[in-house]
Amino acid sequence: MLNKLTLAQTIEGLKNKKFSHRELYADVQKNIEEKNKSLNIYLTLNNQALDQAEKLLNTPLAGAPIAIKDNYCTRDFRTTASAKVLDKFKPQFDATVIKKLKNAGGVMIGKTNMDAWAHGSSTETSDYGRTLNPRNTEHLPGGSSGGSAAAVAADLAITALGTETAGSIRQPAAWCGVVGLKPTYGRVSRYGVAAMASSTDSPGPITKTVEDAAILLNQIAGHDPLDGTSTAQTTPDFTQTLNTPVKGLKIGVIYHDITGAEFANEKLMEQLKVLENLGATVEKTTAMDPHYAIGVYTVVQRGEVSSNLARYDGVRYGNDRSYFSDEAKRRQMLGTYTLSKGYAEKYYELAQKVRTLFIEDLKKLFNTYDVLIAPTSPGFAKKIGVTEGQAMFGELEDMLVEASSVAGLPGLNVPYYRDEKTNLFLGMDIIAPMWREDLVIQVGDAFEKNTAWNSWRTQS
Amino acid sequence: MKNSVTPQIVAHIAKLANIPVTQVEQEKLAAGFSETLDVIDELNKLDVKNVPTAHQVTGLENVWREDTINPNTIFTQQEALANAAQTHNGFFVVSRILEEKDA
Repeated sequence: MLNKLTLAQTIEGLKNKKFSHRELYADVQKNIEEKNKSLNIYLTLNNQALDQAEKLLNTPLAGAPIAIKDNYCTRDFRTTASAKVLDKFKPQFDATVIKKLKNAGGVMIGKTNMDAWAHGSSTETSDYGRTLNPRNTEHLPGGSSGGSAAAVAADLAITALGTETAGSIRQPAAWCGVVGLKPTYGRVSRYGVAAMASSTDSPGPITKTVEDAAILLNQIAGHDPLDGTSTAQTTPDFTQTLNTPVKGLKIGVIYHDITGAEFANEKLMEQLKVLENLGATVEKTTAMDPHYAIGVYTVVQRGEVSSNLARYDGVRYGNDRSYFSDEAKRRQMLGTYTLSKGYAEKYYELAQKVRTLFIEDLKKLFNTYDVLIAPTSPGFAKKIGVTEGQAMFGELEDMLVEASSVAGLPGLNVPYYRDEKTNLFLGMDIIAPMWREDLVIQVGDAFEKNTAWNSWRTQS
Repeated sequence: MKNSVTPQIVAHIAKLANIPVTQVEQEKLAAGFSETLDVIDELNKLDVKNVPTAHQVTGLENVWREDTINPNTIFTQQEALANAAQTHNGFFVVSRILEEKDA
């Protein structure tokens, strides 16, 4: 049962010789053998993981097994982004994040399923079949990092990496009842991650605890000369605000009156009493209507997709453009349309102006509040098959995280409610100003450690 | 639906985006596009006069690098060709894009 450990526990246990790499990997592999076929989490497994891990005891991550979303380029190791266009693609290099992870002693246990090209919020658009939510297999894991979130929830890895453009870390983390941290845009290098929307793509951790997210972010963050938009700021130690009192912090609750999110908001207000009891002030406030964020994100994302996916020309990456499935076709073409002559102003310029309104609106709220909190998703994980024929499924599901995404802000999903009947979870999204991951970690960690969350885990 | 994108427009966009689509797909895509454009049109309800465009969020400007070769990011010829669908004598094989006149 060593696969059930958190990353912090795993590192501690390995370093103090409480168990060996062999024992740890045996438990993880056994669980993978039992569950991977039915849940469809890993697309490709690393059969050299144990050999690699055994040499890494004296590193920060000590050789812990980590699930990697399949849109990170991994040298000489199949990388598909869940798209048949890249069916046999083996990158000639490691993404910067992968390089950093390997240097820190993290071991890739396998590459996880996702929405093809990360286009979606369900993992149903994968060209390799949907992933099931391990909490309740009649439901979806969310997406696009659904495989990574499911791997963590089902203990098929100790921890995982996902990527987010607008919701793709936080929403699957919410649906699978785990922790997901979308860093500030520019905090983590995008180099070597199959590009989706370059102006918002943010690689980040999906983990069992907030502490694990801080540990992992410490290893993957930092300036990368190969990514012109990565920050030149020094990287703080993100574990510093763990176990830090939240007394005196001002928390604003936004999106509390959204139709369709009544239950999620009712339970959220109940649960935020935990933070109030710790001395934080919690009050409802009003942010710009998130419905407008759907339009902004749709235009920006489709436009950037149409440019980024133009490179898959069947010359350098394997299969040709006839291998694109529906969602990728739809998005590239809509992006081509909204950026074409005569429409760029009508759509793209307008969206980028409204994007400014969102940035300014959130900035203003942060004059009053240290962090803002809302439900990550309006409700529980949806049933399988629900995305069929819905052109705007993901955008509607991700509405509550889109404003912070287009503004580039850090956001952290922390589970706050579990439905006893369905075993499904609700997660809260804690957002802070640019570069203030320390704040979301502080608040998320305080909430997590003062609730029954850790006991929920063992019930799954 | 307020927007109505025709299958003909879809066919034109498909050509621009270099994506092969069948006639059946054209009709399905046209309906999806109309639905999506309706959502986007909601943005027109907002007053954006005098609002600047936000093309980026980091505030970084003119990020340069030295014009030197980084040995860590160059491929050998073999590596560059490693994922190509078809190669010939160390070159990529690509589809013909020019036709001979009167050919």
